[in-house]
Amino acid sequence: MGTQRYLLGKVVQLVITLFFVLTFTFFLFHYFMPGDPVRTFLKAAGAKYTPAQAEQLKHEFGLDQPIFPNQYVRFLKETATLHMGASTIIYPDSSVTSIFWSRVGKSLILITTSTIASIVIGVAMGIYGGWRRGGWVDNSSMSSSLVLYAMPEFVLGMILLLIFSRWLGWFPAGGYDGAPVTQYTGFAHFADVANHMALPWLTLMLAYLGEFYLLMRSSLLDVLGEEYITLARAKGVREKYVLRRHAVRNALLPTVTLIALSFGFILGGVITVEIVFSYPGVGLLSYQALRARDFPVLQATFLFAAVAVLIANLIADLTYAYLDPRVRSA
Amino acid sequence: MKTETEPLAPATTEAPVVLPKRLSPRSIRWARRRKAFVRFWNQFRRNKMGMFGLAILVFFFAMAIVSIFSDKGRLDPTITTNGPVLANPSWAYPFGTNLQGISVLSLVVEGSRISLFVGLTASLISMVVGSTIGIWAGYRSGISDVVLMRLTDVFLVLPWLALAIVLAAVFGQNMWVIIFIIGLTSWAGTSRLVRAQVLSVKERTYIERSRALGGSDWHVVTRHVLPNVMPVIFANTILTIAIAILSESALSFLGLGDPLRPSWGTTIEEAFNNGALTLGKWAWLLAPSLCIVLVVLAFTMVGFAMDEIVNPRIRER
Amino acid sequence: MSVLSVRDLRVTYSTKGGDVPAVRGVTFDIDKSEVLGLAGESGCGKSTIAGAVLRLHSPQTRIEGDITLDGKDVLELSPGKLRATRWTGASIVFQGALHALNPVQRIGNQIVEAITVHRMADEREAFVRAGALLEQVGLPPRRINDYPHELSGGQKQRVMIAMALACNPSLIIADEPTTALDVMVQAQVLKLLRSLQHDLGLAMLFITHDLSVLVEVSDKLAIMYAGKIVEEGLANEVFHSPVHPYTKALAAAFPEIGDQRFRKRPSGLGGDPPDPQLIPSGCPFHPRCAEVTAVCPELVPELWDAGVGRTAACVHANGAPTLEGVART
Repeated sequence: MGTQRYLLGKVVQLVITLFFVLTFTFFLFHYFMPGDPVRTFLKAAGAKYTPAQAEQLKHEFGLDQPIFPNQYVRFLKETATLHMGASTIIYPDSSVTSIFWSRVGKSLILITTSTIASIVIGVAMGIYGGWRRGGWVDNSSMSSSLVLYAMPEFVLGMILLLIFSRWLGWFPAGGYDGAPVTQYTGFAHFADVANHMALPWLTLMLAYLGEFYLLMRSSLLDVLGEEYITLARAKGVREKYVLRRHAVRNALLPTVTLIALSFGFILGGVITVEIVFSYPGVGLLSYQALRARDFPVLQATFLFAAVAVLIANLIADLTYAYLDPRVRSA
Repeated sequence: MKTETEPLAPATTEAPVVLPKRLSPRSIRWARRRKAFVRFWNQFRRNKMGMFGLAILVFFFAMAIVSIFSDKGRLDPTITTNGPVLANPSWAYPFGTNLQGISVLSLVVEGSRISLFVGLTASLISMVVGSTIGIWAGYRSGISDVVLMRLTDVFLVLPWLALAIVLAAVFGQNMWVIIFIIGLTSWAGTSRLVRAQVLSVKERTYIERSRALGGSDWHVVTRHVLPNVMPVIFANTILTIAIAILSESALSFLGLGDPLRPSWGTTIEEAFNNGALTLGKWAWLLAPSLCIVLVVLAFTMVGFAMDEIVNPRIRER
Repeated sequence: MSVLSVRDLRVTYSTKGGDVPAVRGVTFDIDKSEVLGLAGESGCGKSTIAGAVLRLHSPQTRIEGDITLDGKDVLELSPGKLRATRWTGASIVFQGALHALNPVQRIGNQIVEAITVHRMADEREAFVRAGALLEQVGLPPRRINDYPHELSGGQKQRVMIAMALACNPSLIIADEPTTALDVMVQAQVLKLLRSLQHDLGLAMLFITHDLSVLVEVSDKLAIMYAGKIVEEGLANEVFHSPVHPYTKALAAAFPEIGDQRFRKRPSGLGGDPPDPQLIPSGCPFHPRCAEVTAVCPELVPELWDAGVGRTAACVHANGAPTLEGVART
């Protein structure tokens, strides 16, 4: 059936892209990187090794083998089984995977909930703005959307931090929960976390709201000029059903595609926002890894980001296939 | 052999092209281009949003030019004749001073040059690479098209900041690495757009005519395809510049900026990492932030205005 | 009593560049079982009239005059009554069935929507009726669950026609229904329209720029130029013995195979139709007219008698006032 063929195509593309990303990562870190990884590791570990022991280490890491294909294949295998080495500098000797587990959940909650909220609110406002074009609601929404779009996410974060944390004192200035100072459990802990997550969440939600608003509004205006809208009115259909059944259903299509393109930017925003609020997620981790030049961790965070965006795109593709019967028959 | 290019806007009753003194195909082409530009400018002038954005851009470009000639000495952190450290806004220091006692206003003026330069150069790279690939894929079709578009899709999907981080970690941090990174992560959008435009232009009969007359690929592309794709490319590039400036600020905020070349982003980074928020020195943060927002807003408004003129569908709304 | 009665209709668009008078005083009647063909170049206002009958223009557009459909004054209807009249009093068959159908909705649902909106049947019955309508236009009823992109241009046009019949209207307005189709399909669709109109006794307003099509389909023919009707009469007569120079030029541009008159090449008409905001003085056609006289730039012609059951807005018409130096046909 058409749908299956479409989905298969998308999954194949995902796999190809993943492969490209993995290969790119491998060559970047194992070929272009300056310096000897073993030496870096040894320096960071601070121990004194004899040349023989250094050779032994080299063999353990498989670095004495040719880069392609041996090291490459080993890299693929290890990554697939989530054995991504140990952090060299930030948390010496802790496995990268374990560092990740503690951080991933925090970032994922933050990103997914704020993005969904941003999309839902932005699209709804965009529909209203496109429908009631020119009113003061539309004009003020357009202006504020443009300003939000032009503002870097971290600037917005700092503004919110200043207003709501420093001046009004409603929210804490950063972090995840009060630990280790406060030790809440159960619901109290949940509330504490929510309290800490509020500002970064709000920042991410607002940062992209403007863009989604503008996209949906523009898309709706395009659709309203189509002939089937006039036809629906000519048939005697009420305005609100013209909007719902005919206009919105068609306007959503290009909007979904364009929203999917912004996932890469959203991930970038997460990194800077986590820095502003010292939110201990994967974004802050990649920043720390960058500063410390902790390459195993850097590698992992890059792969995580790429995979996250790829999965998000797949979801968007599924949504699009659900909305547009034309791709299903192709 | 003279070949025609179709006009971009419907023919109206206007004054004919002013013929140049020396009639040659080249001079006639330039006369026509000049006329098209004048027509475009007349339409642009009526767009309030576009003109407002343009005014802001003129202001900041003037600031950048001023910074070229200004005394660099005032920015040197090793000089001891700097002003008071972390001063609050006053007449002498409208936005206060930083940790080295340097006026934030001076930092911002200097930063305008760097931020604009990085933004413009990176977009230029992005535009050239993206357009070339887009034209090639769209014009050639077949296997080149498929391969190039798959490549474009890969780059479209990649999270740009994560990629930038690893590239900077490996290749080091200086202004040119940043420019390269931004160019690398933004060409894909242009490529897709240009390809779509090329595909629609390809349908037009004067392309067929030109090829039937024996025009080579290079000739057809440069004389027919390019002039009709240029307006779209140009409008898109303006919007790309806006994104490039935002990207540069984010990269600088991460500390990847060139320490020898202070931009608005690096000023924000310096302020943030030296506790401007906790110390309440918000002017230090405000000045560069305001500049970024204004400039990106300006480019976006100009880009939207151009899009309205160039894209017939939007015009009809 | 006529199904549609239009008196001195004026439609003015308001745009950023000022007011655009698309229709400047049009009067006509269409009776039951009668087909009125409306011809003219692009921009003469004919499609605007189609939209005006059902008040489909934007609220900024000014519509003046009288439009009486089935005895009801369309321009005075309240929004609720207007919605009720749409599609039941008159329906439209659009041009370019390319984008006149909602791409994400099955065609069956689109036809059913017309029926259920007017509460003429419940959904189940409506689907049955939709199937019957498809059959009537020559499509297999099982295609009722197809999406528009699964149909060819001609099939989509048939769906449009089926949809137009859904609420048993008294009048069908066909706005360039065959323009986007190739010639063979065009002929089939025309035949279908003609037979349906005849069998169901429908009044039809057929709008197109293709004069040769109109001659086949229409009973009466009206030629439009610059927002006004410039000639009106029985279709055959207007086409074969035109009075107005514009009609002559139009007729000459659409040759009929076998007609001796067109032994030579078809002649075109130079120039462009006037910008509605810059209509020439006097007779709007005078800059392009082959039979222009000295008075034409000054005298605004009315629809004078030009024969039995014929009117023409030209100084050369029989019923035009006597003027110096002007020859009569």
